[in-house]
Parts: sequence; C-alpha cells; structure tokens
Amino acid sequence: MTETEFKRWFINNFQNFEKNLNGEKTSFFHQIRKDALSKFSLLNVPTTKDEEWKYTSISPLVKHNFNVLPPKVEIAPELVGKFLFDQLEHHLMVFVNGEFRKDLSKLDELPQTVEVTSLSNAIKNNHPALLNHFGKYAEDSNNLFTALNSAYTKDGAFIFIPKGKVVEDPIHIIFINRAQDESFVTQPRNLFIAEDNSQLTIIEHYASDDDGIYFSNSVTEIYLGENAFVDHIKLQEESKKAFHIARMEVDQERSSNFSSHLISTGAVFSRNEFTTRFNGEGGESMLNGLFMIDGEQFFDAHTMIDHAKPNCNSHEHYKGILEDKARGVFNGKVMVRPDAQKTNAFQENNTILLSDDAVMNSKPQLEIFADDVKCSHGATVGKLNEEAKFYLKSRGIGEEAATAMLIHAFASDVITTIKIEALRDYLEKIITQKFNQ
Amino acid sequence: MLLEIKNLHAKINGTEILKGIDLKVNTGEVHAIMGPNGSGKSTLASVLAGREDYEVTEGEIWYNGKNLLELSPEDRAREGVFLAFQYPVEIPGVSNTNLLKTAVNEIRKYRGEEELDAMEFLELLKEKSKLVELDQKFLSRSVNEGFSGGEKKRNEIFQMAVLNPKLAILDETDSGLDIDALRIVANGVNKLRSKDNAIIVVTHYQRLLNYIIPDFVHVLYQGKIVKSGGKELALELEEKGYDWIKNGKSEVAV
Repeated sequence: MTETEFKRWFINNFQNFEKNLNGEKTSFFHQIRKDALSKFSLLNVPTTKDEEWKYTSISPLVKHNFNVLPPKVEIAPELVGKFLFDQLEHHLMVFVNGEFRKDLSKLDELPQTVEVTSLSNAIKNNHPALLNHFGKYAEDSNNLFTALNSAYTKDGAFIFIPKGKVVEDPIHIIFINRAQDESFVTQPRNLFIAEDNSQLTIIEHYASDDDGIYFSNSVTEIYLGENAFVDHIKLQEESKKAFHIARMEVDQERSSNFSSHLISTGAVFSRNEFTTRFNGEGGESMLNGLFMIDGEQFFDAHTMIDHAKPNCNSHEHYKGILEDKARGVFNGKVMVRPDAQKTNAFQENNTILLSDDAVMNSKPQLEIFADDVKCSHGATVGKLNEEAKFYLKSRGIGEEAATAMLIHAFASDVITTIKIEALRDYLEKIITQKFNQ
Repeated sequence: MLLEIKNLHAKINGTEILKGIDLKVNTGEVHAIMGPNGSGKSTLASVLAGREDYEVTEGEIWYNGKNLLELSPEDRAREGVFLAFQYPVEIPGVSNTNLLKTAVNEIRKYRGEEELDAMEFLELLKEKSKLVELDQKFLSRSVNEGFSGGEKKRNEIFQMAVLNPKLAILDETDSGLDIDALRIVANGVNKLRSKDNAIIVVTHYQRLLNYIIPDFVHVLYQGKIVKSGGKELALELEEKGYDWIKNGKSEVAV
C-alpha cells in the first residue's frame, strides 16, 4: 500500500468497526470517535521529510492491510502466568487482542473506592472522569496515530484513584497479542487518573507468545492531581514482527511526582512518544528508559518534558544496547518556558553498539526561555569498554560472562531507579539470558 | 619449571618491542624485572596475560607444561596466571564483590570444583582483605571507581590474594605509591609468597625490592634481558642508574 492507501484503508474500514460496537453507535462517546476520524482523514502520513520522523520511516508499516477487527482467540490462564513476575503482589488486568478479559484478570483485592475497570465499561457508564479527561492530554489534532486510536477507541484500561487514596500493590496491565494467521491492528486506549494526594503504581505491559505480525497503536493519558504520586513502568515485549506505536501524555499538577521507566525489547518497529507537562510548581518527573534490540529491530523514543511552571525537577536517562543491524533513535526535548525559573532538568542518553552494523541517532534538545535554571544534557554512543573487558577476562571471567557483566553495569543506573524489586530482578534475568547463555 | 620464555619477540602496531626474551621461573622464586622506561617491561607483562593488542611474532612461552600463547586470557587466569595491572581499570556498576565472586566461581568451574556458597565466599573475602588492610566497605563499591592510586594497587593485591595464583606478575605495582601504601602492598605480597607459587615483579625503581626481596633480578633494555643477577644487582642499578646499563650495552656493541 502507499501512504494514501494506508489512510484510506482505515477510513473505509470504519463502518466495519462501527458495526461491531453493539449499538453503541448512537452514544455520546461515538461522536468523539467520528470527530477523530475526520481529523485523521485531514492529517498527513508522516515521512522522513518531517523533522520529527527524520530517522523513522513507517514504510514497512504502511505495506500491511491490518484487519481493524482483531480475531478473538482463546488464551489459557496458564499462558497469562508466563507474563507475570515472580514474587510480586499485584492487581491484574488482562487484555487479549485488545479486549478486556475479566475472567483472566484479578481485581478483587483493590480498595473499595478505587475504580479499575475497562475503558469500554467506563464508556458504557459515561463515567464523569472519562468525559473530563479523555483526549484532553493526547490531542488528536496534530498526531495521525492518536487520531487513529481515538477513532477506533474501544477498550483499554481505565483507572480512577480518588483523592487521598493509595493503591500499594502495582496494577499490572497486560496486553497479550496473538496474530495467528491474519495481521490485525489493536488500539488500546488507557486513561489513568490519580487525584490529589493519591498514589498509584502501574505496569503497562505489551506482550505476545508468538511471532505474529500485528500493529499495536496505543495511547495512554495520565493525570496527576496535586501532590499525587504515580510510578509507571512500561514493558514493551511485543512479537519480534510486530509494529508498536505508542503515545503517553502526562499532566502533572502542583507538587506531583511522576516516575516512569520504558523497558523495550520487542517489536520489529517501535515508536514511543512521551510527554510530561508541569502545570503547577514543585513537580518531579523521571523519564528513564532501557532498550535492547537486535536483528533488524528499530526503536524510537521521542520525549518531551515541558517545564511550564517554576521550581520543578526533571530527570531523564535513556540507555540503549544495540546488536546486529538494529537501529535506534532518541529525540529528547526539554522545554523550559519563560515562567519556569528554578527549573532543574537533567537529560542523558547513552548507547552501546555491540556490532559495526548497528546505528544510533541521538538528538537531545534543550529549549530554555528562563534565565535562572539548571539544565544539562548529553549523549554518548560507543562500544563496550574493551579495556574493562580484558580486565575481567584476566581475572578468569569468560568472554560471555564478561560482556554480560559490563552490560549489567551499563544498564544498572537505569535499573536501580526502578522501585519494584521483582521487575529489577526480571530485567537482570533478561540481560543474563540475552548475553550470557 | 613453572614458566619458560624462549626467544620471545612481540610487536604492537607494527613496532617490535620485545626482541628475543629468555626467562626461566621456578615455583618458590621471586624474579624482578627492571629497566628504564620503554624497555619493554610492561609489554612483557601484557603478553604474559594475553592482551590482544600485542602480536607475538616469534618464540614460545611454556607455563606449567602448557603452551601459554594458545590460551585465552581467561584460561590463563584459570590456569593460575595473574596480572596486577599498572593502571587498574575503573568499572562503574560492577562491584568488587561481584567481580571476585564471578571470577572465583568461573575458575572453580574450569577446574571442576564446586562453586563457593555465599557464606564461604564472604569468609574468604574477609580474611584476604585484611592482608592489604582494605576496609570492608570497599567490597560493595564499583571496581576501582574513585579509588586513589594506592587503593587501586591494594585492590590488585587483594584480588591476587583471593584468586591465589601460581604465577603473579606485578606490573609496576609500586609506581606512584607513598611509603605507607608501598609497605602495605609489599607486606601483602610477602604474605602470599610461598614455595608453591612464583612472582614476577616488574618495576622501574629499586625501592620496592627493599620490601619484596627478589631471588633474581633481570635488566630489560631495548626489548632484551641484558643482565641477570641476584638481589645485589638491583642495588647496583640504584647506585649507578640505568645509564650504566645503557653504556655497558653500547660498549658491548662496539
């Protein structure tokens, strides 16, 4: 398909999608979808001529005809167990090919006043928080894939933590995708609302148990009320042939604290657009990431930290490990607006290339319009330190174990900032398996 | 015989540095290799440890009945060769404990021995850290990161103590040390000295040899051992300086 055909495909298939909404077509919410579709039809498909897509060609993506109605597949509960973490108390939401599966989920131990449900349920009930927040942070107007997601919004995770409530155990949300014979598109739409003084930990986990071709186009909106605390971990372990495009928009009110980690190992093509915005003073934000790709995988992280208000701190550290012919892109923007005095912003991107064919494009960007700020940014791309490796080998440590040790060490300053021990252990295990079999 | 080097030639980046070294080392012996800067001392140490930047163009190295040049750096270590680095590498993110635990267990695995359990291993570290008066808190710190020069050298000897090599090569372990640090390092080495191992001390200065008394002293100059003798040779060098050797060499040439 060409780019025009790619767009036409989704416009033409919208009717099929509508037919499957079970009479929801007349609802108030459906108008949002239709508006989004018209915005989608007006937007251009991004090409490498667009500054924000300079190193990211979506031509492998537009080649496919993705069925807009994902197939319904049976998943045994044991399979879900494969994606859980050892020794982690958690609440669980499971989605299979985009659809919420209550039978596989475990939400019965949540505090009473907390709402954790599917977005389809929130739509059905016209949840007031949904109407207040949906589409407010991830706007459709300038983003083709967000508009596409909004037009095809059907399900996803909806979390509402009222004022002062604390959910101690993480809510683990797994999107399991299984393509079988036909490639399809799934468009999860998540909305997480943490009201004033509330606390929440979320693991947003994309996974597959086979190597099917599908397209996962997700949008996540997160709202943190005053003094709210949200810890967000995204784990992207899609099938190695999948396409993953994701946007996360975070809105932070005064003195709120948002911490996020993106761990990305899956998909043949992945693009992540993360934005966090300080709407009040005294906010804290951490955007860390670790991506490990090989073969012909492509990974792209586009982040934006918007210091719109004074006295906020942001810390961003992305680390990449690239093997074979893998290609990576990091584009991190830190915007310090004129009002945002006493901003403290740290940004760093480090990448290790383990082969001569791997390529990394890194572009840290600082835009500072205030004069009393402390900002730093930097990027490094290099190879594993051969001198350190020789040192380890001279102590009797073999080639693979020495490599794995240095990779562990390289990744450690991102891994150690993850608060959940079970996830840190899981990551250490992934690295060991990948580099020291 | 533990180590026998025969007519060793080696080059780096096309430049020949070692031009025919012969050396025999038995267990229970301490050999000092001295020489002016650029004579090839560190090259010899690096070739023994298996640094890949150096190309051996001629000659043989036999170690404990094995052809050392055919072994990878890690296998040399597992066979009991240890190099104390002249410039120990900083490895942020790898703790001393982690390095030693991995090293000890990889070596034990190679020798067909059981891995040490956590308790046994910690006991070993505790006991050996006393040898070089190394504070326990060093163990959890990243390898050499932010260590002073003296701490780095003590850490090398500490690693040597834990790994208990048959052949230890100390590459300018004394350089840059104040007298207190030098004494600690030398004491550590002396305690590790036994009839079952051998130590090659590579040094520019005679000072270290006041503390580690060598059985043999060899003078390396322009890639060759030009003089060998007992410990008194070191004193003679200290007194007369390397010019004596350099001049002597030219006299021979004339």
